[in-house]
Amino acid sequence: MPQYPNRQFLDFEQPIKVLFEEIEKLKQTAEKSKIDLSDSIVKLENAIIEKRREITISLTPWQRVQLSRHPDRPYTLKYINNMCTNFVELHGDRNIKDDKAIVGGFAQLGGETVMIIGQQKGANTKLRQIRNFGMANPEGYRKALRLMKLAEKFNKPIVTLVDTPGAYPGLEAEERGQGEAIARNIYEMIRLKVPVIVVIIGEGASGGALGIGVGDKVLMMENTWYTVISPESCSSILWRSWDKKEEAAKQLKLTADDMKGFGLVDEIVPEPLGGAHWDYDEAANILKDYIINSIAEFKSSDHQTRINNRIEKFGKMGFWEEMLTEETETK
Amino acid sequence: MKKESSEDIEYNLTGSETDHPISATDATAPKSKWYKRIRKGITTDTADKKETPEGLWNKCPDCNFITTTQDLKENLFVCPKCNYHHRIGSDEYFETLFDNNEYEELCDNIRSIDFLHFTDLKPYQKRLDEIHAKTDLKDSMRIGVGKVNDELLVVACMDFQFIGGSLGSVMGEKFCRAIDYCIEHKLPFMCISKSGGARMMESAFSLMQLPKTSGKLSQLSDAQLPYISLLTDPTFGGISASFGMLGDLNIAEPGALIGFAGPRVIKETIKRDLPEGFQTSEFLLEHGFLDFIIDRKLLKDKIHQLILLFKG
Ligand SMILES: [Zn+2]
Repeated sequence: MPQYPNRQFLDFEQPIKVLFEEIEKLKQTAEKSKIDLSDSIVKLENAIIEKRREITISLTPWQRVQLSRHPDRPYTLKYINNMCTNFVELHGDRNIKDDKAIVGGFAQLGGETVMIIGQQKGANTKLRQIRNFGMANPEGYRKALRLMKLAEKFNKPIVTLVDTPGAYPGLEAEERGQGEAIARNIYEMIRLKVPVIVVIIGEGASGGALGIGVGDKVLMMENTWYTVISPESCSSILWRSWDKKEEAAKQLKLTADDMKGFGLVDEIVPEPLGGAHWDYDEAANILKDYIINSIAEFKSSDHQTRINNRIEKFGKMGFWEEMLTEETETK
Repeated sequence: MKKESSEDIEYNLTGSETDHPISATDATAPKSKWYKRIRKGITTDTADKKETPEGLWNKCPDCNFITTTQDLKENLFVCPKCNYHHRIGSDEYFETLFDNNEYEELCDNIRSIDFLHFTDLKPYQKRLDEIHAKTDLKDSMRIGVGKVNDELLVVACMDFQFIGGSLGSVMGEKFCRAIDYCIEHKLPFMCISKSGGARMMESAFSLMQLPKTSGKLSQLSDAQLPYISLLTDPTFGGISASFGMLGDLNIAEPGALIGFAGPRVIKETIKRDLPEGFQTSEFLLEHGFLDFIIDRKLLKDKIHQLILLFKG
């Protein structure tokens, strides 16, 4: 397990925090008294791994949501840096400004050039503000589309990493057409001539996620969520109370398992035991393999087939009852 | 035009009509607001209107002008004094648009089901059953094919009365089948939006209607058939983030509230009051997101004119 400074712990990770503190104490004692305590330390480290395993087994939907927002969770740029070489970030929508809530650029992944784009959250208070908590404005979506069109022109596959609590609900965002920007991206993404691989790496909140979330293959990392509204907002609207977020998370069936079960996403990408925040390199390595394999899967078909399949795939999503004279057919 | 923007757009998506809404900042909204919503609800209730005895009074929510419901109906539910466009349903729009109110309804045999067993304060299935019992509506969108001054047009129209016109699987499927019909018969397509946004009780399935409908629209585009998107009060969330804003022409009724995020959410985010006229049709036209604004009384002739221009 890699050593990261100042690890942070969620409420249900507190038992691990205790073990970390014990290890720290033992190390200090060993230092002072020159006694070899490495056996005890190894035991505690194994206990941590065991705890991580225990937590993973019994995660509730709300705890998955918490993990997707873990303060130590890797964000888009961390994945790009760990998975890719030669990343060149490209800025701006050529119209209004450069939206720092979405990053993107050319990079090499597994020896091949790709366009990689994602929402970027900030790692500390100052950066969180600069990145606007990963909530893009219309110009962010328009930058993303500009980069996707650039990739299409040069026949490079597109990878998008989705991690957003939602598109930004601001005054200027509305003035500049937040709805139109997302709508345009969805419409254009479904017709892109190059393979598009989408990965939900954290929060997949509604239209804000879909604005870079339409592809040939949609992957969800193990501890992420993806649905039409955040559990908090859902609670406030449907339960008329802010206290039902855990129940809302359960009702919304927003976990990777649920989404895969419904056929709304294609694959689940496993994370290091207990969450991606325990080991960035391991998380990125696993993800990298999934993305490379996914690109390979779609690269060989011609673009018209790919586009038709994309339209057909999303076209099947939904459930309804169709009444045929007396009988009832459920689709 | 003065516009009431204090209404909680999201609240309409709960599928409850008379319960008191909550707001994060104000748990007990003033009674007057509540009253106004109920009034609005009455004027948009198709079933009520049919049985309305002549002489029942109707008060304009915007200027308080009082008319008989009969007079208001003859004026296409537009206030004769201030031009306020009352919220109306698919019945009224079809009657406004189609010659002699003659049209064929497509795929009216599709209904929503509670596939996810979603339960908030009430099970979703119970909400559906209640609304099915109360209205003739099967979901929040109906498709009509008819003639507009002798020109055939396929119209998809939302009913706000049905869980706030929310976008769920049925709306997505009907929208797509309407387009298939257009492609098959080489007909132009029009969608009349009036929706608070996505149907939360269908969770991610409702979200996936955005790419589903967009994909189908791209096929309509490939067939070179025109798509006119008419936005009416209110149009928010998933609709504006998909087919609502994807018309070859995006047009709107005057004074309609249209946006991605609801006014309440924006206000809570930016922590200051919203400017006068924010998110109205006029605001959208000014910012370049609408081709034009059209009065309901001129709608039919304008649509006819457009069909001819596309054809000619
Ligand atoms: Zn009036």
